[in-house]
Amino acid sequence: MTINLSRRSFITTALTAAGGFALGIGLRDSAEAATLSVRPWGDDAAHYPGEINAWVVINPDDSVIIRYGRAEMGQGSFTALPQILTEELECDWAFVRPEYASANRNLRDNKVYGSLSTGGSRAVRETGEMVQQAGASARERLIAAAAKRWNVPTQDCAAAMSKVTHKSTGRSFRFGELAAEAAAIKLDKEPAIKTPAQFKFIGQRIARLDVPLKINGTAMYGIDLAVPDMVQAAIVACPVFGGTVKSVDERAIAGRRGILQVVKLKDAVAVVADRYFRAQAALDKLAIEWEVGAAGATDSAQFRKAYIDALDQKGADARHDGNVDAAMPTAAKVIEATYDVPIIAHAPMEPLNAIAHVQADRVDVWVGTQNADLALTFAAQVSGVKPENVFIHNTFSGGGFGRRLRPDEVAQAVAVAKAIGKPVKLIWSREEEIRQGRYRTQAAIRFKAGFAADGTAIALDMRNSAGSSNPQNARNGLDPQTTQGLSNTAYKLPNLRVTSILKNTHVPLGPWRAPGHSQNVFFVESFVDEMAHAVGKDPVALRRELLAHRPDFQRVLDLLVDKGDWGKPMPAGKGRGIAIHESYDSIVGMIAEVAVTNGEVKVERVVIACDCGVMVNPRGVETQLEGGMIYGLSAALFGEITIKNGRVVEGNFDTYPVVRLKDAPKTEVYLTPTAGKKWGGVGEPGATMIQPAVTNAIFAATGKRLRSLPIRGQNLSGAA
Amino acid sequence: MVTIKVNGTSHRLDIESETPLLWVLREEVGLTGTKYGCGIAQCGACTVHVNGQAVRSCSVPIGGLDGAEVTTIEGLSADSRHPVQQAWLAEQVPQCGYCQSGQIMATAAYLKSNPNPSDADIDANLTNICRCGTYERLRRAVHRAAALMRT
Repeated sequence: MTINLSRRSFITTALTAAGGFALGIGLRDSAEAATLSVRPWGDDAAHYPGEINAWVVINPDDSVIIRYGRAEMGQGSFTALPQILTEELECDWAFVRPEYASANRNLRDNKVYGSLSTGGSRAVRETGEMVQQAGASARERLIAAAAKRWNVPTQDCAAAMSKVTHKSTGRSFRFGELAAEAAAIKLDKEPAIKTPAQFKFIGQRIARLDVPLKINGTAMYGIDLAVPDMVQAAIVACPVFGGTVKSVDERAIAGRRGILQVVKLKDAVAVVADRYFRAQAALDKLAIEWEVGAAGATDSAQFRKAYIDALDQKGADARHDGNVDAAMPTAAKVIEATYDVPIIAHAPMEPLNAIAHVQADRVDVWVGTQNADLALTFAAQVSGVKPENVFIHNTFSGGGFGRRLRPDEVAQAVAVAKAIGKPVKLIWSREEEIRQGRYRTQAAIRFKAGFAADGTAIALDMRNSAGSSNPQNARNGLDPQTTQGLSNTAYKLPNLRVTSILKNTHVPLGPWRAPGHSQNVFFVESFVDEMAHAVGKDPVALRRELLAHRPDFQRVLDLLVDKGDWGKPMPAGKGRGIAIHESYDSIVGMIAEVAVTNGEVKVERVVIACDCGVMVNPRGVETQLEGGMIYGLSAALFGEITIKNGRVVEGNFDTYPVVRLKDAPKTEVYLTPTAGKKWGGVGEPGATMIQPAVTNAIFAATGKRLRSLPIRGQNLSGAA
Repeated sequence: MVTIKVNGTSHRLDIESETPLLWVLREEVGLTGTKYGCGIAQCGACTVHVNGQAVRSCSVPIGGLDGAEVTTIEGLSADSRHPVQQAWLAEQVPQCGYCQSGQIMATAAYLKSNPNPSDADIDANLTNICRCGTYERLRRAVHRAAALMRT
């Protein structure tokens, strides 16, 4: 049977099932607010007559569909990129309706949307100018269409607020009247895009389009969707990564209500039922034997030792300025320290899930994914259907943080759907999410710093061991991601070396918000603090020296020191710590204030200063820095995944705690953008500096230097 | 058979008594604004009101709820104008938004018991998890909602 999967039939179905929630959002406090569908994805089969280019459709009623070529997982670029396009298109923001770009079209249409993958804080940085150009091109075509109707030169016409006006006569046409003709117009050359000095709408603190849907339960995440004839599945993969299914004893679930089928995959077992809660409850009762191999005898202590021991192995130089081996023996003073961090999980609030419908010649997948392109590839591979016939319907994601870059859940959902011959929604339990992560790597580093007799730092040597998310992509023993934050450190010393030792275990790795930076900034910014104390310098003063060549860093430091009360006295048991780093074209500094009482750490206040250049929406920048900081704080305070017998011990928020309100510091964000510098990414940077800012503050409060994370469980009570 | 009233509408359900209220709401009643986050009453994404009290519906079996009145995020207000929703909109709290139904429901119930909470009260009594880290704005929004409810 072929089910008609048009958009309209879905909405009807969902409305019936959901008991009639409001589709039109009556929340617009301001007439300026654009509208957003609770299901912002298009119909790949539909014909859009008012499509001026792949990014812009203008309907006869003047509504503007702006395609969005990334994921919305909370970072706000579902509003920011349309805001950029609107600047150029000169349309009325109230008419704008963003919609996910089609991964299928991206495949068929020679990557017209670029990469749909959403990582590396790239949404605005990489797609910003693409959509600016798309908006400008559409605007010029609309102007040309109007000029043609009036038979006047285009330069006599102007576009504003969704109208083209003939300047001398005041005549005008609405965009909706011109769109079909504009779509057919060929321009001699593409128009230039605006420079930041010309921006009127970019830079405004407009409200996010998705917030009205996220305060009344109407926003549709992948986990919320229903398609006709759909069944539900729960799944457990071999808890020892790389292991396989040996046997399944189904007797324990015989006769349970609603159970339809047990599906055995190579490395996982799924239970399919009429309801998810029935599927999950039955799955929990199944007796499954796994083939785990040698990995089943490994544990965390062993891995920690292996990564630290690996620091003595030969590595590859990711960077070498001057000659560290020649300089270090000439130093009047040398200090050394070794740091390490454990693996950690992403734990997005919405556990991974996907709906798959596999037909003989077509596959449809509904999923909130950070990587719709890869989801399409996975779905094609697993189903055996040609990629051209695979359709990914991206939805809102309940967080991503890097976990949704690798759509393991899509591969599984397609496999299960294919096995049972029905559309299926597959949902991971929280335990499955914690135990089948693509974790941040275990990592270690050994630092050595040399100083001249006058205290000037003359050499810095860093030997780092870390795992690669894609070992097969490493070149000459280097994966640029594992040395992010080391090899591109802004600190300038005459002799500086970064040596990388790549080491992987059976634990699958993936990018965790600000991948390499997230552990390497903890390392570097802690050790720079140690360097300052070793020669009796103020931590800010040493940073200023090592960043003397960077006026932009100095400005961020000026603001940070001022707002963060650096140098002001604090009572006993309290301290301030600082960290600063440049990543994704943004400089972000933080000062954390902590109180240590009876060995318990409370982060009381965090001050953030940032230079990310031109901003689309300053409030968006602030919220990303605040949120990134909290994400990094969870890692610093609590983040640790433990391996025992090759498998993850933690399974839920009771054993894998994260920051709650009581742990969340008072937060202030200050922006000092360098004029003219193009937009830096802000989704990830905040997650990094907070980790060393807190441990440096703990040092200031107690004299205890923490060289491992998490902070939880470390003995601070005996500290000075 | 269990009968519950959800957002004012009665539902007579043929359902296993151990089924968590969360999944009854999502799969039987068809209201998906209440979210699954952990299944063990840790994160609060599934918070709804049962007879006016905030509960974590993932850990409340339906069997004990015969005759109960349940309010979900969809029923908190007819027009999204509940003071807590207004405050959330004004402070632009949500990022991914997945936890926010639960945060709003927890806050709405809490403010009935404490109409003028301090920061310390808020931190001690609102314990839902947000992985996007919206806490700074959330705290401000709780104060704003409290002020709206007092006027």
